[in-house]
Amino acid sequence: MNAVTFQNVSKRFKGAGRSALENVSFTVEEGEFVTVLGPSGCGKTTLLKLINRLYEPDSGQILLFGEDTQGVDLVKVRRGIGYVIQQIGLFPHWTVAENVATVPKLLKWDRDRIRARTDELLRLVGLEPEEYKNRYPSQLSGGQQQRVGLARALAVDPKIMLMDEPFGALDSITRGKLQQELLALHRETGKTFLFVTHDIEEAFLLGGRVLILDGGKIAQFDTPEAIIRRPAEGFVRSLVESAREKGRFWEAYL
Amino acid sequence: MIGQIGEYFRTSLDRWTGMLTAHVAVSLLALVIAAAIAVPAGVLCVRHERLKKPLTGLFGALRVVPSLAILLLMLPVLGTGTAPAAVALVLLAVPPILMNTVAGLESVPESVLETAAAMGMEEGQIWRKARLPLALPLVLTGLKTAAVEIVASATLAAKIGAGGLGELIFTGIGLFRTDLLLIGGGSVAMLSLLTGLLFDLLDKLLLRYKTA
Ligand SMILES: Nc1ncnc2c1ncn2[C@@H]1O[C@H](COP(=O)(O)OP(=O)(O)O)[C@@H](O)[C@H]1O
Ligand SMILES: [Mg+2]
Repeated sequence: MNAVTFQNVSKRFKGAGRSALENVSFTVEEGEFVTVLGPSGCGKTTLLKLINRLYEPDSGQILLFGEDTQGVDLVKVRRGIGYVIQQIGLFPHWTVAENVATVPKLLKWDRDRIRARTDELLRLVGLEPEEYKNRYPSQLSGGQQQRVGLARALAVDPKIMLMDEPFGALDSITRGKLQQELLALHRETGKTFLFVTHDIEEAFLLGGRVLILDGGKIAQFDTPEAIIRRPAEGFVRSLVESAREKGRFWEAYL
Repeated sequence: MIGQIGEYFRTSLDRWTGMLTAHVAVSLLALVIAAAIAVPAGVLCVRHERLKKPLTGLFGALRVVPSLAILLLMLPVLGTGTAPAAVALVLLAVPPILMNTVAGLESVPESVLETAAAMGMEEGQIWRKARLPLALPLVLTGLKTAAVEIVASATLAAKIGAGGLGELIFTGIGLFRTDLLLIGGGSVAMLSLLTGLLFDLLDKLLLRYKTA
């Protein structure tokens, strides 16, 4: 089953000189971990937001688990998608537990079920419920806040997770730890992950396949090994080359 | 002097309490009406960008007219008493509440609104659960500024027969009675201070997440 299908999708913002996405087509299979890689402004965020309809396409079709997203109720589409962004966007006036329970509360789950689910989720993302659930977001480190963001997005067990540079603002040690935990989470849950990053190492480490965007078009979409062995001419080749340069820089000190 | 002041409170405590009550009553009335106008107007400004300039401009312009002038201009329309005084005070109080409401609503981070929408919250839910509560600290700041200004300006309301502590001050001026001036002025000052403190307390109680 395909989790996500883009068919000739284009999007141009009002007043913009060129399209943010131009005639983009691809499919992501259920259970895949796909990373979306590209420089700032290449259309990564636009691509994600078209899936949960924070943006609407100008043309083309987007299917989610075989269903045209345009044909389904907006709220229903979004409840089935976990969304995590770099700025996290926790409600600052709610405790950790209340934040995690946002969607269960909207769905009017009963109190015991919400409490049990909140504890379960906090443990899943590595936060001891007793210690953290009554804190406010301002009382957490950036990494802990993003763990809560992740727990909140997982609350009603969405089949697909959209993540927009979720670790982009974290220090490299915290980031490395969260990357490993995210991989484990993906293995355990079997959910479909779409993960946006501008960091090539992160994209190649996490992604089973990497979708490389350049100026609103797909430059290459393949496994990390295939991309490294046979990079597409032009943009991808220079991207891989620059990563090699960086590797050589570190090797000089080994 | 202290003796005179003591004497005043021994003989005229009831009168003083009456003036104090009238002062608080007209102030509270003006604050409630101003808030009932300014907070919804602020929400409108943020929801409809087109309305922002005209609305804030209108109330900003009205604010420039001195309260005393407004009080006197109201005389032929509303006559004397509490009503014209309240109107003048409302006009004075709307701008700070309006500006702060707009600023508060606009200060809510885009990321909070975006993830709220992405979780399937509807527009109304986003406003009720996130946008309005998160604007509250600045709304309270606006209410505090407005309340303190109202309490001070309500002194002038005595000029058009609305009563309040201003009576004491104007009587003091008329009779060259420094003791009455001191009691009147001191009472207004205390009331202003108390109003400010009350809002600080409210802020602490309602917005524990900021200091937690
Ligand atoms: N809301 C918007 N309004 C207008 N232009 C936008 C908007 N969002 C993105 N863009 C433009 O679309 C292009 C792609 O942006 P984006 O998808 O955010 O890129 P990325 O996430 O890869 O950095 C950029 O040129 C950007 O300026
Ligand atoms: Mg982006």
